[in-house]
Amino acid sequence: MSDPKISFRAVSRRFEAGERSFLALDSFSLDIADGEFVTVVGPSGCGKSTAMNIAAGLLAPSDGEVLVDGRPVQGPGPDRGVIFQQYALFPWLTVRQNVEFGLQVAGMSKAERRRVSDRFIELVGLADFADALPKTLSGGMKQRCAIARAYAVDPTMLLMDEPFGALDALTRVVMQDQLLVTWGRERRTVMFITHDVDEAVYLANRVVIMATRPGRLYEIVAVDLPYPRSEEIRLSPEFATIRNRVWHAVYHQPKSETSSDRREDP
Amino acid sequence: MSGSTVRPPAGRRERGGLSSRLSKLPPIVLNMAAFLVGIAIWELVVSTGAVVLPGPAAVFWRGVELVQTGQLPLDVLASLKRVLMGFTLGVALAVPIGFLMGWYGIARSLIEPYIQFFRMIPPLAVIPLAIVTMGIDETPKVFVIFLASFLSSVIATYQGVLSVDATLINAARVLGASDAMIFPRVVVPASVPFILVGVRIGLGSAWATVVAAELIAAQRGLGFRMQQAQLYYDLPTIFVSLVTIGLLGLIMDRIVQMIDRRLTSWQERA
Ligand SMILES: Nc1ncnc2c1ncn2[C@@H]1O[C@H](COP(=O)(O)OP(=O)(O)OP(=O)(O)O)[C@@H](O)[C@H]1O
Ligand SMILES: [Mg+2]
Repeated sequence: MSDPKISFRAVSRRFEAGERSFLALDSFSLDIADGEFVTVVGPSGCGKSTAMNIAAGLLAPSDGEVLVDGRPVQGPGPDRGVIFQQYALFPWLTVRQNVEFGLQVAGMSKAERRRVSDRFIELVGLADFADALPKTLSGGMKQRCAIARAYAVDPTMLLMDEPFGALDALTRVVMQDQLLVTWGRERRTVMFITHDVDEAVYLANRVVIMATRPGRLYEIVAVDLPYPRSEEIRLSPEFATIRNRVWHAVYHQPKSETSSDRREDP
Repeated sequence: MSGSTVRPPAGRRERGGLSSRLSKLPPIVLNMAAFLVGIAIWELVVSTGAVVLPGPAAVFWRGVELVQTGQLPLDVLASLKRVLMGFTLGVALAVPIGFLMGWYGIARSLIEPYIQFFRMIPPLAVIPLAIVTMGIDETPKVFVIFLASFLSSVIATYQGVLSVDATLINAARVLGASDAMIFPRVVVPASVPFILVGVRIGLGSAWATVVAAELIAAQRGLGFRMQQAQLYYDLPTIFVSLVTIGLLGLIMDRIVQMIDRRLTSWQERA
């Protein structure tokens, strides 16, 4: 196997809360291969967002490091596209201006920007809304705009923190399929956080299951189902088997020894 | 609800038939009606002789007279000039300082104590000092108005910068924007709604301050005119000045509101 695209190396993160310090992520190690689609599930507060924000360069680890293409992460960069649960579109910019934000910041010419934004707005099916403000879009459309904005700067990997969490079940399924179609075409490495076990299994090459208190890696389940995935696969017995395994790993974790509010002294 | 209702009143819950019918009128009609009722009550109270005040008619004709002699327009102009100068200077300084304080912790720590301290001093209390040190021409009046509008807008601006959604800043960061780019492209636009609240408050306090400043020392202006009228027990002129102050304040506030709606039409629930 070639070198991993992204590599978490014993990454820990503490949060100081007054006198006490709280271990949100405990020695988390994970390698994600180039072009791989990894989903991360786990109970609320197990450090999923913390791990992702460290990879994005928005949060510094207390210990350990994250390597992207073999180089330690020093801060955010356009090589790692991030998609937030709350969309985080700039509300004063139109869909097109949002998509072009990263390009403009990179100093791309107007004509070139236009060409790139056209392509990605088309890709996420927002061509008719290119000049609309975010407030006029539905949740699913906002998230598609956020995806186009992240794609436009041509990141080599995508970090997605519950991107479909705020969407209704129907829109969610549509968005999942669209995401897989674009991923199949471009094969960017994806790390995708979700609360939804179905979603985790449907999308992934591998499902990473985390445990809480302290936040840590619990189990990795490989999803040996072929792409492209379809409804047929979603309803297959093989899918159900894997889904059950992941479900058990998420919802029937043994209580950690120092259960309840485990707090470490500084 | 009456049977003649063609379509249900949009949005609001209405109980009685009368209120549901009234609610269908454009708001401006109701505004005008309320205004006329107010005038009628004023006339009624004055005509009973319960209070010794000029009635609406007397005030109206005095107003016409003052406009014809050119005195009222000159007074309005004098007051407006002071307000606009002081207010423009105040906001022009408040916005950059507010941004500085919101963006740089050091600037905040250095400047905030002064702002909070001066905020506790009513601008009017500065007038005696301003007159002694700056004389009785325009400077002290403009200065006091400047101070009033500066202090109220600077707080709003820096609170605005502080409350810029961190996810938006993070979103810009992960798209490759540096701090120097994030400031004009994210922090400034995201703070505009807050700044405009500050501008509105600043304008209100500027207007309130000018009249008081003119009461103390001026040769022209609405406050000065009232002061003069007081000496001659000229109640209609006092009323004309008061009504003019109220109307002008209202108009200026509406203008700021209009600009506000223009600039922040992108807000989710404007
Ligand atoms: N800035 C912070 N300051 C203090 N504690 C924090 C901070 N950010 C996260 N934490 C704590 O770290 C733990 C992990 O948080 P994180 O957001 O990574 O969880 P998560 O797995 O993403 O949860 P969820 O599924 O609810 O989003 C939580 O207990 C949280 O309270
Ligand atoms: Mg989270």
